[in-house]
Amino acid sequence: MSAVAKADGAPAQRHDGPRPGSGSEAVVPAPLLVFGWGNPSRGDDALGPLFVDAVEAMKLPAVECLTDFQLQVEHALDLRGRRRVLFVDASSTAQPPFELQPIAAARDASFTTHAVSPQSILQVFEDIEGRPAPPCWLLAIRGESWELGTPPCASAHANLRAALAAFTTWLPTPRL
Amino acid sequence: MNFELETASVPGDTLRRVAIDPVSRVEGHGKVTILLDEHNKVHQVRLHIVEFRGFERFIQGRPYWEVPVMVQRLCGICPVSHHLAASKALDLIVGASRVTPTADKMRRLMHYGQILQSHALHFFHLSSPDLLFGFDSEVGRRNIVGVAEKYPDIARKGILLRKYGQEVIRLTAGKRVHGTGAVPGGVNRSLTVDERKELLKDAYQMISWSRDAVRIIKELHQQNPALYDHFGTFRSSFMGMVAPDGSLDLYHGVLRARDADGRILFDQVDYQTYDRLITEEVKPWSYMKFPYFTAMGPENGWYKVGPLARVQNCDSIPTPFAEHERREFVAYAGGKPLHATLAYHWARMIEMLFAAETIKELLQDDDLSGTELMTSGERRREGVGVIEAPRGTLFHHYQVGDDDLVTMANLIVSTTNNNQAMNSAVREVAKQYLDGNEITEGLLNHIEVAIRAYDPCLSCATHALGKMPLEVTLIDAEGAELDRKFKA
Repeated sequence: MSAVAKADGAPAQRHDGPRPGSGSEAVVPAPLLVFGWGNPSRGDDALGPLFVDAVEAMKLPAVECLTDFQLQVEHALDLRGRRRVLFVDASSTAQPPFELQPIAAARDASFTTHAVSPQSILQVFEDIEGRPAPPCWLLAIRGESWELGTPPCASAHANLRAALAAFTTWLPTPRL
Repeated sequence: MNFELETASVPGDTLRRVAIDPVSRVEGHGKVTILLDEHNKVHQVRLHIVEFRGFERFIQGRPYWEVPVMVQRLCGICPVSHHLAASKALDLIVGASRVTPTADKMRRLMHYGQILQSHALHFFHLSSPDLLFGFDSEVGRRNIVGVAEKYPDIARKGILLRKYGQEVIRLTAGKRVHGTGAVPGGVNRSLTVDERKELLKDAYQMISWSRDAVRIIKELHQQNPALYDHFGTFRSSFMGMVAPDGSLDLYHGVLRARDADGRILFDQVDYQTYDRLITEEVKPWSYMKFPYFTAMGPENGWYKVGPLARVQNCDSIPTPFAEHERREFVAYAGGKPLHATLAYHWARMIEMLFAAETIKELLQDDDLSGTELMTSGERRREGVGVIEAPRGTLFHHYQVGDDDLVTMANLIVSTTNNNQAMNSAVREVAKQYLDGNEITEGLLNHIEVAIRAYDPCLSCATHALGKMPLEVTLIDAEGAELDRKFKA
């Protein structure tokens, strides 16, 4: 699986999401879910999918990687059966190179819920499932440029490398 | 009337034009500017949407066979619609003016899966919080989380309907994300009998839940007609695709438009000739074009598209439950087109029911398991593909050179078709709810509700954290900023 988007912004290969129900009844889910989202053809918005591609290339045991254009309500079902979850997205506001922090279920009041916050996903999970969500972290990788058809900028790539390095440290002992 | 107000630079008009520099355009994902006249009445409203810049540039120069896959990157909400519209246009490039029955039905199934999951997302996630809790209720409750807390069954149905639609897409497109199922000239897969059986098992449940959703929105509408019939209401023409027999068909057909009173403006039009019907006007303050029916001119020729247009444009719906609901809708409207902005929700749920019923019927069709996937013919240089996407009519138009590279691309996306209509809806709301020189929480809420009814692709480009504010600015007749509010 390619971990690098084509430099001209053309589609890079990514793996697919899960089958519906794969979070529980279909197969036993991997304990750790790494879920990155974003549009690979929108400049630094590709950071989430690129992170997921890179983690997938590590072929880590007990880790499942999922990606999508955007985070949506149904992704709450992907939290079923996990011991922990790492959400990964590009951010226009995070301190560079990235921010990594645990998150808790919360209601958000997004103007357009075409995309929702990971905190909101946790809240949906808890309301639908009637039990607490697994421990979740949010890795927000700083991006700068979001133009259609452009590759991630140099600083975004540097931030991505720093985030991946931090991930390998976080993996065995998750902490801030 | 709307047009006159929209066109501010008439002689003697004291309203100042507000220049929007490129930087602010890029940053404004949902930006509304309300311009007042010298009497501090709403003079004009401008809804700025910037995400559609660069679509054509993104496509031009690419090999045509890449296009159905790469155009999915244009929109994270309805990638399947772009995938299919591009494929339909490029069918003509490879001479496949008519694809095989298996290809046609696989694509239809994919499309109705997309309609189902998109409409479910919109109703259960985006609009039901407004409708169930009220527009002025606590902002923190007006979201899917609030619905899940108070109406867990509704929220759960919404999530599972969406999940089902995505499973239909995954099986027909090959993947849930970045699917490749449709290709110029046909499809690259069909369904096994077991896959059809597996999907069919849940299809009846999806129909049942879709019927429930229609009932919810119908009752809300009927319980409060004063609000639902008048909120953000404006008259306009409307357009959509229908089957040649006039019935609702969201995948393929001919173009039909009606005027505000429901009279046919044109019908049975081959969409290959869309550019003779429609002109795309450019305005200096917006990156998004303003399409209008050429014969009627920009003042009178703008129109609306999407569920409200489609349900009233067709003569019938070819599935029984949805047709029953369409008749109730028409009866409620009293034989004239209903122009209420909030009626979009009702129409959208009728379409969701139509999609669920259509999926069930298609899954029973053995053509879905056929082996003739591709066809071809005499190569052409130009093709137009049109599909009724969840938000409205979507045009893809390509020219391809002998070297197989796309030399020209023109896209009119659903939100562009609804551009003037959305501006009009927000303007009506601003006129009704703006009180004084301040943007109140109530005004902000109501503007949100009006925009949401159209479900525009405000945020379909970039979804990075921190990139999705709604910004409303109030400008007086002298061009001075009176107030500005953000909603993060």
